[in-house]
Amino acid sequence: MRVTKIDGDPDDFTQNQIATVDADGISKEVRLDVVDRWPGIGDYVIVHAGFAIHTLEATEAEANIKLLREMASSMPEELLR
Amino acid sequence: MSQKTILLDHGSGGLASQELISDLFLKHLDNPILRSLEDSAIVENYPGKLAFTTDSYVVDPIFFPGGDIGKLAVHGTINDLAMRGAKPLYLSLGLILEEGMPLDDLEKIIISIALSCKDCGIDIVAGDTKVVPKGKGDKIFINTSGIGIVEEGIDISSKNAKAGDVVLLSGTMGDHGITIMTRRAGISMEGKLESDTMPLHRLVQRLLAEIPGSVHTLRDPTRGGVATSLNEIAANSGLAITIEDEALPIRPEVRAACEILGLEPLYLANEGKCLAIVSSDQADKALAIMRSCPEGKEAAIIGQLTEGKPGRVVINTPIGGSRVVTPLHGEPLPRIC
Amino acid sequence: MKYLDEFRDKELARPLVAELKKSVTKPLRVMEICGSHTMAIFRNGIRSILPEGYTLISGPGCPVCVTSASHMDAFIEMATHPGVRVAIFGDLFRVPGTHGSLANAGAEGAKIDVVYSSMDALDLAVSHPADLIVFLGVGFETTTPGIAATILAAKNRNIKNFAVFSTQKVMPPPLMALLDDPRLKIDGLLCPGHVSSIIGAGAYQPLVDRYNLACVVAGFETTDLLNGLILLARQVGQGQPKVENTYQRVVNWEGNVRAAKMVDEIFESADMEWRGLGVIPGSGLAIREKYAEFDAVARLDITLPEAEEAKGCRCGEILKGMSVPTKCPLFKTRCTPQNPIGPCMVSSEGTCAAYYKYGMDQ
Repeated sequence: MRVTKIDGDPDDFTQNQIATVDADGISKEVRLDVVDRWPGIGDYVIVHAGFAIHTLEATEAEANIKLLREMASSMPEELLR
Repeated sequence: MSQKTILLDHGSGGLASQELISDLFLKHLDNPILRSLEDSAIVENYPGKLAFTTDSYVVDPIFFPGGDIGKLAVHGTINDLAMRGAKPLYLSLGLILEEGMPLDDLEKIIISIALSCKDCGIDIVAGDTKVVPKGKGDKIFINTSGIGIVEEGIDISSKNAKAGDVVLLSGTMGDHGITIMTRRAGISMEGKLESDTMPLHRLVQRLLAEIPGSVHTLRDPTRGGVATSLNEIAANSGLAITIEDEALPIRPEVRAACEILGLEPLYLANEGKCLAIVSSDQADKALAIMRSCPEGKEAAIIGQLTEGKPGRVVINTPIGGSRVVTPLHGEPLPRIC
Repeated sequence: MKYLDEFRDKELARPLVAELKKSVTKPLRVMEICGSHTMAIFRNGIRSILPEGYTLISGPGCPVCVTSASHMDAFIEMATHPGVRVAIFGDLFRVPGTHGSLANAGAEGAKIDVVYSSMDALDLAVSHPADLIVFLGVGFETTTPGIAATILAAKNRNIKNFAVFSTQKVMPPPLMALLDDPRLKIDGLLCPGHVSSIIGAGAYQPLVDRYNLACVVAGFETTDLLNGLILLARQVGQGQPKVENTYQRVVNWEGNVRAAKMVDEIFESADMEWRGLGVIPGSGLAIREKYAEFDAVARLDITLPEAEEAKGCRCGEILKGMSVPTKCPLFKTRCTPQNPIGPCMVSSEGTCAAYYKYGMDQ
């Protein structure tokens, strides 16, 4: 989900660490207390039970997609149903 | 009205009750039958068969994006009549109010009921109000019963479904269910989520008028969602149903909210949608009719009835796999994984 | 959703289905140990397209399934304590203890709130100052950091009426316990997606070294799963087990250091009882002395009652991957989603519920 707003400091646990994230027109607040890398506005995060647990690197995501596309496109026609 | 909240007196039948009736109910729901304030409504006799249904509404919150408990009640009962091919005629309105409920809220709901009735061209001809002590209710519970007329020659029932019939869904799934769920404390999320509560009798009348004899079954997938309704149709008709995952209409925001909460849209309530089982030679026409109605703009053909294990509903997945869709067994609850 | 839809793409998936068939050169048995994988595999109909020779076993990946009956009884007892309000993840609501579930307790007056996040439970503590809010903690490494952060927030905000009953579990020890059982013959492990993002793909290296197990970390979308299954088949076929990470966009070798630090601040290693596996040393987490005021067990002086496993229930064997639901005498007869006997049927991710729901008859 995409980060649209951030409140707090990654090293200060006495204050709230909250991001607003959205996806497909849904927006929600999630906690940032345990996210691996502090996100910036526009970054994507994986959310679990109200906490962001990972900030995606756009480059890694793109690489992952590319790898899958290569695997799929290298399939010879006759083996496709 | 001199009071700001509902008191036990308002349910006791005395002057306070009468004040409530004249200053609130009759003010907004006025019609000659109701105004007569008799113990029963005497209604005209129409040719054809009588359809009769009842529903109770206890939704919480009572106001939600897209509607309120009153609107829901009117549409819900109208839709139950419509699903048997009946033209809705009259509704009754029974209220159980909790002591302390703000009168402003009650008035808003009554106004909403009045508007819905007007839009649907029907009247509330009988009503009743009781008040329970604070803590013994939940603001407001509503019961609506409805009468409709099924004209000669119309017979809509799941027993009429045949192998080869096509399954249509009149629009997107899960809108109402997810909207209510996300209004509950702790799972709130902002977004374009809205209940789909809507009366379907006009859409149904068009189908019955334009493809007579081809509409075999109608069902509104309320509690339990599309999955549960399809299972009921399959069980009652003794047939199997296959649906296509990719054909199911669903709003992106509903899908996103469901994913966050770990819910399946197939099991979430719909309050403004119907499933139609139609003979295959008229399926395309049925789809066109639905899509030309404001209530059915996103209608889709989602599957087919087949000879197969009676009562079994199967969904084909995008990768060419398949799995069985069973009916819902309990309240959908958010999950962590 | 972005970064999800691309991985659901049918255009990518169909060729991968064909590749999956091609990749099986030797019959293999793979265990998946993640409740969300169980769900995703069934939901996508992957079981229906698994090629001949590919056996997929469901292991103890569902945190609710592995919650022991004695823990459920303690949860239920806590819920009926006067002055206590329990907050739970929805998954726990219908899990049976020895005499009924939290749902039954709720019907008899216990105050139970279903929450989406442990933080919501903290909010409940603020809005219900007269009650002690107890959050019933279940879950593996994906869920625990959030619960740890909630306890830290409670301390920092000086909230006096909040506590957690921790039955948090950690993943590698039960895998060792399973793999040490000579009856269990598996060739590969489909490693969890989000647990791995916390513990790191490197956590599975000892399993490769000690048991020659093929280990592949995969995500939850169709293409992720197919990819993971393909790589496992290839590893087994080539006889070269290793740790492979196909979920690189979310998982790296080291894991989430920040989350690990948070957990370490609040929790310490403890022995924990797993349904069907008994007590496994060092497989759970207990709240540190420093945070004892937030430990429901310490605060309410709870002792775990001796619980009885339901007679005939095969959840234990099923969790170990040594039996399948269809071999349990209670499956579909006395034990159904409407009337579950063991947690494997209660949780929507449980193996038995998945088999029932998705109609596995063989």
